[in-house]
Amino acid sequence: MPNAISISNLSKTYEGGFTALHGVDLDIRNGEILALLGPNGAGKTTLISIVCGIVNPTTGTVTVQGHDIIKDFRAARQLIGLVPQELHVETFETVWATVNYSRGLFGKKPDQALCERILKDLSLWDKKDNKIMQLSGGMKRRVMIAKALAHEPKILFLDEPTAGVDVELRKDMWQLVSRLRETGVTIILTTHYIEEAEEIADRVGVINKGRLILVEEKTELMRKLGKKQLTLELADGIAGLPEALSRYDLDVEDDGRRLVYRYDTQAARTGIGSLLADLNRAGIAVKDLDTEQSSLEDIFVSLVEEAR
Amino acid sequence: MNFEAIKAIYLFEMARMRRTLLQSVVSPVLSTSLYFVVFGAAIGGRIQEVDGVQYGAFIVPGLMMLTLLQNSISNASFGIYFPKFVGTIYEVLSAPISFIEIVIGYVGAAATKSLILGVIILATAHLFVPIEIRHPFWMVFFLVATAVTFSLFGFIIGIWADNFEKLQLIPLLIVTPLVFLGGSFYSINMLPEFWRNLTLLNPVLYLISGFRWSFYETADVSVGVSIAMICLFLAICLAIVWWIFKTGYRLKT
Repeated sequence: MPNAISISNLSKTYEGGFTALHGVDLDIRNGEILALLGPNGAGKTTLISIVCGIVNPTTGTVTVQGHDIIKDFRAARQLIGLVPQELHVETFETVWATVNYSRGLFGKKPDQALCERILKDLSLWDKKDNKIMQLSGGMKRRVMIAKALAHEPKILFLDEPTAGVDVELRKDMWQLVSRLRETGVTIILTTHYIEEAEEIADRVGVINKGRLILVEEKTELMRKLGKKQLTLELADGIAGLPEALSRYDLDVEDDGRRLVYRYDTQAARTGIGSLLADLNRAGIAVKDLDTEQSSLEDIFVSLVEEAR
Repeated sequence: MNFEAIKAIYLFEMARMRRTLLQSVVSPVLSTSLYFVVFGAAIGGRIQEVDGVQYGAFIVPGLMMLTLLQNSISNASFGIYFPKFVGTIYEVLSAPISFIEIVIGYVGAAATKSLILGVIILATAHLFVPIEIRHPFWMVFFLVATAVTFSLFGFIIGIWADNFEKLQLIPLLIVTPLVFLGGSFYSINMLPEFWRNLTLLNPVLYLISGFRWSFYETADVSVGVSIAMICLFLAICLAIVWWIFKTGYRLKT
């Protein structure tokens, strides 16, 4: 089976001359959750909009499970559901009408039972006869997700789904994402909350200034680029770093009561053993110790900083 | 063809008409009745007949055309402009439907609304004056062709407009004057020669003349010319729509 989405050499230059994407290549596998990270204006939304048919590409090709998005747009778009970043809703319609409309637009025959299940999954069932204008922002976001799911897509794009959303809805949404994934739906999401990507994504792509800096398995990425740090709580404060410890990458914090040691997990020797031995020899007693791995967020920030 | 999508757009647009029943139906009927009172009763009291037709009855085809043109344009232009304005157009653009199907959905709904209105106005007029329709086939032809053509024209305006002012500009500044000066309320034979010749440049004249012919067999220009003209307008609108489709004008960046 061909990849869920295959993007090759995709560029977009807008009429004003702004280039939002520079020759992006990306393969998205069937059934995976891919998180696209990048600062504002990096080109995430342009990328999604091209795949979904809302923006025309300048160069390059995109196929969706083997269907070209231009030559074979019907088959390609049929497979895709999109939840855009902005809250675009039919203000005067009822929830029920708008969800059924979405299903029809994608060429599917009405299916009341399915629409009912989707609305129940999103806790919208008791609001089905309400006009959308009467709903809160979070509820409108749920309506947009319901619309995107109404035609049973195989690939779902979530563009900043949790921006401005309360904790409960975020929890519901991630539950929904994992349920969808169990049924084999491929999910591509962009988010600012990197801890979310860290939690649910299989792979992570980082876009900056229209270029895909990297795409990597999340665990691999964190292993490769992750740094660890060891924090040592000292029994007695020290005035300064003894000469014997100067060869270590150590920071003295908290008025000499804490030492922070940064090391590379990939290095042949982490140096922890000799550090502890040297501390012992220098007569510095350690009360407690703690290790911490850098988060995806730290990795992301350093990648984007590097590209600058 | 994605028939489900055409149906979805069509029904969605028709639902909008039901929701705005007062504005969509009652207001055109009221304004038509006012025209009857003003032109039919007040002026009709002085002009007994035009081309052998009682004045009140004479103006019925022109009034229907007036409503048909205005409503086709406003329905279709608003129908496509509103999703652009609120952003919901993203869904239509990302759905597996071709531009032609989008046009059929929106224009079909707008034309249907205008036709319903045309029939309502005909019925309303019937309460005021006796009406006969000598050529029902051609009457329906002109009605449908005009509704479709001007709904297409409205659709084009709705695509072109990027603010509410532009949306109103062409209907207000061009279409309404053309309808009023196109012989809705008079026969151009009543005009001095210079104005009569000038009026022949008004495209709406041909629609009203042909439509009136289908009622009373009186016309300002030959009915063949009228039929040719409406077909020409339809062709022009289809050509522009085709160009929009090819270029993605104002819809896709």
